[in-house]
Amino acid sequence: MSHVHLKEDIAKALFVAAAGISILAVALICVFLFANGVPAIAQIGLPEFLFGTTWRPANDVYGIFPMIVGSIYVTAGAIVVGVPTGLLCAIFLSRFASGRVAAVLKPGVELLAGIPSVVYGFFGLVVMVPFIRDNMPGRGLSLLAAAVLLGIMILPTIITVAQSALDAVPKKYYEGALALGADHERAVFRVIVPAAVSGIMAGIVLGVGRAIGETMAVIMVAGNQPAVPGSIFDGVRTMTANIVLEMGYAADLHRGALVATGVVLFVFILLITMLFNVIKKRGEMK
Amino acid sequence: MTTRKLTIAYEAADAPSAFSAGQIEPDDRLDALYRVAEARHSKTRRIVSALLRGVVYAGAAVTSLVLAFVVGYILVNGVPYLTPSLFEWEYDSTNVSLMPALVNTLVMAGLSLLMAVPVGVGSAIYLVEYAKRGSRFVQMVRTTTETLQGIPSIIYGLFGLLFFVTAFQWGLSLLAGACTLAIMVLPVVMRTTEEALLAVPDAYREGGFGLGAGRLRTVFRCVLPSAVPGILGGVILALGRCVGEVAALIFTAGSIAAIPNFAEGAAALFDSTRTLAVHMYVLSSEGLHVNETYATAVVLLVMVVLLNLMATFAAKKMNKGGTND
Amino acid sequence: MGVRDLNLYYQDFQALKGINLEFPKNQVTALIGPSGCGKSTLLKSLNRMNDLVEGCRIEGEITLDGRNAYRDIDVNSLRRRVGMVFQQPNPFPMSVYDNVAFGPRTHGIKSRADLDAIVEQSLRDAAIWDELKDRLKKNALGLSGGQQQRLCIARALAVRPEVLLMDESTSALDPISTAKIEDLVGELKSKYTVIMVTHNMLQALRVSDKTAFFLLGEMVEAGDTDDIFTSPSDPRTADYVAGRFG
Repeated sequence: MSHVHLKEDIAKALFVAAAGISILAVALICVFLFANGVPAIAQIGLPEFLFGTTWRPANDVYGIFPMIVGSIYVTAGAIVVGVPTGLLCAIFLSRFASGRVAAVLKPGVELLAGIPSVVYGFFGLVVMVPFIRDNMPGRGLSLLAAAVLLGIMILPTIITVAQSALDAVPKKYYEGALALGADHERAVFRVIVPAAVSGIMAGIVLGVGRAIGETMAVIMVAGNQPAVPGSIFDGVRTMTANIVLEMGYAADLHRGALVATGVVLFVFILLITMLFNVIKKRGEMK
Repeated sequence: MTTRKLTIAYEAADAPSAFSAGQIEPDDRLDALYRVAEARHSKTRRIVSALLRGVVYAGAAVTSLVLAFVVGYILVNGVPYLTPSLFEWEYDSTNVSLMPALVNTLVMAGLSLLMAVPVGVGSAIYLVEYAKRGSRFVQMVRTTTETLQGIPSIIYGLFGLLFFVTAFQWGLSLLAGACTLAIMVLPVVMRTTEEALLAVPDAYREGGFGLGAGRLRTVFRCVLPSAVPGILGGVILALGRCVGEVAALIFTAGSIAAIPNFAEGAAALFDSTRTLAVHMYVLSSEGLHVNETYATAVVLLVMVVLLNLMATFAAKKMNKGGTND
Repeated sequence: MGVRDLNLYYQDFQALKGINLEFPKNQVTALIGPSGCGKSTLLKSLNRMNDLVEGCRIEGEITLDGRNAYRDIDVNSLRRRVGMVFQQPNPFPMSVYDNVAFGPRTHGIKSRADLDAIVEQSLRDAAIWDELKDRLKKNALGLSGGQQQRLCIARALAVRPEVLLMDESTSALDPISTAKIEDLVGELKSKYTVIMVTHNMLQALRVSDKTAFFLLGEMVEAGDTDDIFTSPSDPRTADYVAGRFG
């Protein structure tokens, strides 16, 4: 009997330990990022670091304002490109597509989600960048290229989350609208979409998180100049790109400043995750 | 009050003057209002609806076209260069072989799953089968899992560099890369396992307990077996993320294009390696071997598609099992 | 409104067989019968909600004001003129005001003054204005079940229907709310033709002027409610209203 008890207790302890690992992981990530980044920020000065517009490691000048702006611009562009398309596609899949069309498109969207970001980046590099260079001002490697590419990359996130929110809207709302003489389109856009709005918002926030954290694809098409872009045809450097581009050879304060860039990015992501949870909670309360 | 408002409303609808205010019941005025509004509006409504339908179809069409274009472009340009030399055992700058990177990818992904799957499945079992819902520990596990899921891979890479590579002094190595990936895919495995376990009907558990089996035995004999397809789906999803990952690996596993020398045993774990996705990134930033880059992209794509298909298949199997019970 | 020689099929299954029935104006007609007898199916074919069911097809004629409801009248216009209240209250997850204004807006009434007037009158007609006049901006999902259902009636009235269909509209409600809605139906018939499906024979007896009894897709008997309940001509009707099966 006690032998069985011992076995049960050991198993339970192991499961608890396993569950504790994610807490441990988050704690370690926080500790190591902050321990390596915060001293650098202190040395540079928080205002100088966040709002300094010059990034010149050779002179020990570290202002990441252009990168913060770059990340925000690129993400905003991705939202402009990806959200309308993704939302419409989700509406199509949820309320317009016949079973057979959905059975083809849905795996397609899943495939789009599975394509690795280097493949997207390479596609952007060989297709989009030359197209922009040939038809528009600038060198092609640009905010525009990064925004459109990221817009494509966040499509599956938005489609999947928005579609499940739309699918979850009870059928009785649709029937109620139709019984009042609304046609299919009006019932969908005026009743179903508003009823799913918190789920849709959650999808958009998730997309924002993915866009702001995306690294490889952006590096390959954005040009990476550490300056605030003057137009969408200028190159841009995001926080993520900043880390990858220079981490390989950075040392001392330079290295600290790069980790600190990661800290700022991490804080952004935490804020977005919190926002996501607030929206999700509000949706559940309704 | 009502009457006055309806009079205004009625006049606004330019109805004939016979229905002048006060002489007719509000209902009749409303009827007239509807007749006028409906006659005027039915055409507008049809146009608006057609437009809405148009944009919805356009959204779906754009998505399909983007998918077809990205995949098609890579395939068309890459497939012709899938030459035997690309699959030679040793990499050098003339054959640009992807074989070492392919092997490394499998080793790396296998190693990280070896760590992530037991931990992920274990914690999901704890959350679903053992924990009291809503306890503080459970809430913390959930919050941290959600946080982990939102962290971008470059942050994992940075952490791996600071922790495994530097603090543990493992250097750029297979092991550091695999550990970093393991943390990254942990929430994926956890989430899907949790969902799979939640989908198992309570009757299975009651059956186990009813026969006098302990909790552990019930979980392993009665619950886990029917959750296997769901868990497998999650594992494949995690595998897909490992295969495609670059940012988390560049500064943890490095980019040496050779298979670690496993003859030297555990020491091979500390060799620097390059996975297929990293290989492709390096090729593309060197810009010297564009055709081989296309071909590498094809191999990556095919792997991802296969993994996707397998995950979908597993999910279907899970669903089917669920409804039959 | 009326139906003539109506046959209705779900794929191969015939759910309604040769129904002939006239719904008199300004009266309440109750459709009664055991579950699966086709009464709800008939109700849903009157405003073409059966169109949503895949594989559903009808033969025969359904008329509104002497015109064919399936051929001569635009479906959205038909559904405006033949309003429906469902079994489960289904207010939209938006404000009380927007719920009632949804129909008018759908049919092109845009001015704020018109909408205000329609919302007020519809809520008054549904006998819920006094309860809700201070809560017009509140979310309708916060109302009680009975209030939600009366709001749904107000929403249906707001598009000025000629006919009002009620599909077991009190079956999800408590007795007090049910009584309120029954009283309401008694008042509504002065303006509308009301057709209601009900499982509750006492309700049919209390509320309706005409009653039609259905069994296995056929209409067994129809006539004045008093006659159907006191001196039915068909023995099956007699058995059913006496509660011998159902």
